Amino acid sequence: MRYYARKTGFYLVALWAAVTLNFFIPRMMPGNPVDILMAKLQQRGGTVGPSVRRSYELLLGADHSDSLAQQYLSYLNNLLHGDFGISVSAYPAKVSDVIGQSLPWTIALVGLATLISFVLGLTLGALVGWKRGSWLDSIIPGTTVLAAVPYFWLALILAALLSSTLNWFPLLGGYDVTYDIGWNWDFVSSAVQHGILPALTIVISSVGGWLLGMRNMMVSTAAEDYILTARAKGLRNRRVMIRYAARNAALPSVAGFATSLGFVVSGSVMTEQVFSYPGIGGRLLQAVENNDYALMQGIFLVITVAVLGANLLVDLLYGLIDPRTRAGN
Amino acid sequence: MTTHNPPPRTAPPAPDAARPVLTVRDLNVVYRGDRTVHAVKDVSLTLHRGEILGLAGESGCGKSTLAYAVNRLHEWPAEVSSGTVTFHDRDGHDLDLLALRDEELRRFRWSKLSMVFQGAMNALNPVTTVRAQLEDVLTTHRPGMSKQQRRARCAEVLDLVGVEPGRMHSYPHELSGGMRQRVMIAMALLLDPQVMIMDEPTTALDVLVQRGILREILRLRDELGFAVVFITHDLPLLLELSDRIAVMLRGEIVEYDTAETLYRHPRHPYTRQLLESFPSLTGERGAFLRATGPASPPAAGPAPHDQARPAGSTR
Repeated sequence: MRYYARKTGFYLVALWAAVTLNFFIPRMMPGNPVDILMAKLQQRGGTVGPSVRRSYELLLGADHSDSLAQQYLSYLNNLLHGDFGISVSAYPAKVSDVIGQSLPWTIALVGLATLISFVLGLTLGALVGWKRGSWLDSIIPGTTVLAAVPYFWLALILAALLSSTLNWFPLLGGYDVTYDIGWNWDFVSSAVQHGILPALTIVISSVGGWLLGMRNMMVSTAAEDYILTARAKGLRNRRVMIRYAARNAALPSVAGFATSLGFVVSGSVMTEQVFSYPGIGGRLLQAVENNDYALMQGIFLVITVAVLGANLLVDLLYGLIDPRTRAGN
Repeated sequence: MTTHNPPPRTAPPAPDAARPVLTVRDLNVVYRGDRTVHAVKDVSLTLHRGEILGLAGESGCGKSTLAYAVNRLHEWPAEVSSGTVTFHDRDGHDLDLLALRDEELRRFRWSKLSMVFQGAMNALNPVTTVRAQLEDVLTTHRPGMSKQQRRARCAEVLDLVGVEPGRMHSYPHELSGGMRQRVMIAMALLLDPQVMIMDEPTTALDVLVQRGILREILRLRDELGFAVVFITHDLPLLLELSDRIAVMLRGEIVEYDTAETLYRHPRHPYTRQLLESFPSLTGERGAFLRATGPASPPAAGPAPHDQARPAGSTR
């Protein structure tokens, strides 16, 4: 029990530290949202006077008459009430609504792609490591090259090839905008169709890492005494490979997978930019470009909670897959 | 002096002594590489039913390599280059082990010949329970058994080796070294094999635990009648335990005789060195050896063969 209390306490402190950094970092960035809005207004021929600026400041909460400490306290208070403020870039939408709309897209696309990449990488890695020295070894340099190629370049090449030239997949967006969003067949099938290409690029560029890691662990596990015992026991090769070798070789990758799940939310910026996907990565970019502090803070907070949550989950679940870590709890 | 077949008068009075269960003829094992290492050279051995055959020698002499070759556990770069290994089954059939196809070999392993490995710590899968590791032998080799029968059999063998059956729900790291080795022996007993190869089964354990386990092995051998190939560098232990002993040096069997003869009249100088290299409480043995040994001064400490040991043949 003390173990869980200590773990929970640690994660609470980490959360507080993250929330605090989340408050200060955007304020250290150059630029001011009011300036940007004023500039936009000016471009469209609006009148720009001190009174207009003042009203914008009040409206956006960019009023700096409060001290930093007061701002910090009211920020914490608002967080507790689930109030992330109003987005400047998507004005007048609330930040929580903007995140709520875009987060499911990212989780579905990048989350599923990460899962597929992990499962595929582990399966291939286990096979390649088990049959070391066979033709399967030639998979490794191929996938490693794909992982080393800059992601945006790979994504653009695939988009040009599979979408523009071959016309297999739609090029942009998350769904066909002529359908209503909801649980109806037209919309879901359109969303799946739009998701395949971006997911493919994510899988192709990340599978090499999982594969290589798993393959190396598999090779070192195959030299363990319990593998020799399992072979001497006359177990079928498949069983030795899966229950004895892969089961043990996968342990480090599982820990890595949980961490990468935490970064699903943030890792989507590039993908969503290339494919104009309506996820949270695109929103983050938009927020940065427009000095939209509130939206940035909201998204960072979501990322932080996702990373911390994934790590907490691994900490607690790792004992299930590796009984040795349970000892002493 | 290489004696492969001792004269019949020295044969031990083991049950079924006349009937061999395992015959190794002129076996050669090499490790391929930049420099090919000849780890086992022209070894011939006969293991009789119910017999305990000791295989003694220093680290790297090829004794484990020989044992693994019998069960064909070697993987590249190790390779059996010539020789035959024949298993004489209870029902009268002879099996040419080196000619078995993969599936036949898999069925043969453990059901007729089981092994107990050196590393008590590492021979068990660390992430699954003892029960799972006992039961998967049964699910693979005895697919007809029901769940209850499997449970009962696992409890039975654990009971045989003196481990409380409730411990089968433990993970290996929750057991002591001695208990792990007992679990390994229980596992080796599961399918009622005719031969058990024990590769330094007690090396990592302290002398008291070692004694308990050896006593257990002798008792089980008497009860169940399997033959044992016992591999160790501990010659005094073998003298006590074995019916016959083969002494290996640099891949060759240099002496092969009953424990009694080997102790009283060691013929090969290396055997004498091995016997001398262990201290005796009373000093009696040393005196005996000095009295009957050659004129050469008795060598103290380990045998001077370390430099000549073939590299890469530590198994």
